[in-house]
Amino acid sequence: MARQLIKGNEAMAEAAVRAGLEAYFGYPITPQSEILEHLSRRLPELGRAFVQAESEVAAINMVYGAACTGARVMSSSSSPGVSLMMEGISYIAGTEVPCVLINVMRGGPGLGNIAPAQGDYFQAVYGGGHGDYKVIALAPSTVQEAIDLTVLAFDLAEKYRSIVMILADGSLGQMMEPAELPELRPVVRKDWDWAVTGAIGRPRRILSSIYLEPHDEEVTNLRLLQRWFEIEQNEVRYKEYYLEDAEFVVVGFGTAGRVALSAVREARQMGLKVGLLRPVTVSPFPFAVLEQLSRRVQGFLVVEMNTGQMLNDVLLAVKGRAPVEFYGRPGGIVPFADDILTEIQRMVSSPLHVVSDPRKAWLERMLTVVR
Amino acid sequence: MQKEIIIAGFGGQGVLFAGQVLAYAAMDLGKEVTWIPSYGPEMRGGTANCTVVIADEEIGSPLVKRPPFAIALNLPSFDKYEPLMQPGGVLVVNQSMVDRGPKRSDIQVILVPANEIAEEIGNKKLTNMVTVGALVAAMPELLTLEAVEEALRGHLPARHQHLLPQNFQALRRGYETAREQMATV
Repeated sequence: MARQLIKGNEAMAEAAVRAGLEAYFGYPITPQSEILEHLSRRLPELGRAFVQAESEVAAINMVYGAACTGARVMSSSSSPGVSLMMEGISYIAGTEVPCVLINVMRGGPGLGNIAPAQGDYFQAVYGGGHGDYKVIALAPSTVQEAIDLTVLAFDLAEKYRSIVMILADGSLGQMMEPAELPELRPVVRKDWDWAVTGAIGRPRRILSSIYLEPHDEEVTNLRLLQRWFEIEQNEVRYKEYYLEDAEFVVVGFGTAGRVALSAVREARQMGLKVGLLRPVTVSPFPFAVLEQLSRRVQGFLVVEMNTGQMLNDVLLAVKGRAPVEFYGRPGGIVPFADDILTEIQRMVSSPLHVVSDPRKAWLERMLTVVR
Repeated sequence: MQKEIIIAGFGGQGVLFAGQVLAYAAMDLGKEVTWIPSYGPEMRGGTANCTVVIADEEIGSPLVKRPPFAIALNLPSFDKYEPLMQPGGVLVVNQSMVDRGPKRSDIQVILVPANEIAEEIGNKKLTNMVTVGALVAAMPELLTLEAVEEALRGHLPARHQHLLPQNFQALRRGYETAREQMATV
C-alpha cells in the first residue's frame, strides 16, 4: 500500500477496521470525534455495527456486552469521556474480556479544554476504575505508530483477555502525516472457549465480574496478577534514540517524546551527549532498560505534558542511582523543542542531586515563567 | 534538512487547505512531512493557523516557535508572526488585507495583493493558492511549482477537479509576483 497523508484520528479508526473491528460504540467528544465520524460511515458500509450511544456510560457497557461474544470491539473518547467509562472498564477487567479503547487526551482535570495533554497517564497506567487490575496502555507518537499500535492492540487484547488502551493526545489525533495502512483483513471470529455465543449442544458459559465468595475473588485477583506478570515479561516496547554513548537521557512518551526528539537532535549538534528513551508501552512500563541506563548515565530528564506522572515510574526504575529532573507543560500546552533544549542545557551544565521530588524545583522555575 | 512553515489567517481563507497542499507535495516528493492545525473552539471569521514541517528524516516536533517560512493572510497574522520569524526567514503577506509594510529588516517580507489577483482570475477563494505560489518561489530547495501542481491534481477531490486550471493560474501569478520582488531586493 502507498503512503497516504492521513489524520491521526482517521488513521486509528481505519486501522481498527482493517484489523477486523466488528462493532464500535461511542459518543462524540473533541479532539477525537473524527474516529467516530469515520467509523459511522465505514462500518455500516462493510455490514458491521456502529452505534452512537446516548452517553459514554452506555457506550462502554455496550462494548462490555459485545466483547462477551468474542467479537473485536472498541470504543474511543477523550479524557472526560474516559472518566465516565471507568465503572464499565473495571467490570470488563473483572470479567476478563478483550476490548480496545482509545483515549485522545485533552487538558484537564474536569471539563478542562480540548488542547493536547497527557494528564490521564495515572488513570490509564494505574487503573482508573476500582479493584485490582491493570490495562495494557500503548502510547503512539506518530500517525504510523498509531496505526501499527491499533492493530497490535486487538491482538494483545485477545491474547491476554485484557483491555488495551491507546493513549494518544489531541495533537496526534488532529495531525496529518504520511502513513501506510495495512490491508483490510477479513473478519474472523475465533472460537474462544470463554465467549458466550449460544450454548446449544455445549455446557453453558457464564461471564461476570461478580465473585460473591471472597475466596473466588481472591483467586481471580491472583490470576489477573499472574497474567499481568506474563504481559510484563512479553510485551514491553520502547524506542531508543542516540543512547549508545549518552551521558544524559531524556524520557518522554507520545507527543512529548517526539518533541523531545527534536531537542535531543539539536543538543547532539551542539556536541552534548544526550539520548532519548521513548516508552511505547507505558503499561507495562520499560523498567528494565531504565534500570540499566541508571547504572551508567549522569542524569535523566523526564518530559511530559502534565505535572509529572510517568515521572513516578522513572523514579521507581532509577531508585536514586542517578539524579532525575522534570520538565512538564500541563493544561493543554505542547512544549516547543527549544524549551526542552534549554532544560537539557541546564541539566548538562549544572550540578545535579538526587532529590525526593524533582517537581518542586521544576515548579519554582515554572512559576517565574507562567503566571 | 528540516524546514517549518506556518500559515495563518481568518477561518474561511483556506489556511488549512493551503498547508495540506504543501504537505501533499512534500509527501509526493518522498519527504517526511507533518501538518497540524490549530483546533481551538474556532469558527468562520476567527483566526486559524497550521504548521507544516518538511524533512528528510523522522520528524520530531510538529510545532515550531520561530519559523523560517510563513504566510500571513491577514493583519493579525502579520502582527503575530513577523516578530517570531527566524532571522533570514521569508514571510509572505497578503497585501490586500494589511495596511502597513514590514517592521523587520532581517527577514524577507514578500507582499502579494492576493485578494486582487484571485479576483482577477475570477475566484476569490483562490487567495490562499496565490500566496502558496509566492512561498514556493522563496523556497526552491524544498518544493517546486510543478510538485505543488501535481499535488493538487492528485489530491483535489473529484468534485473540485474542474477548478484545477484556475488554481494553477493562481499559483503561477503568486509565484511570479514573488520572483519579481525577490529580484528587486
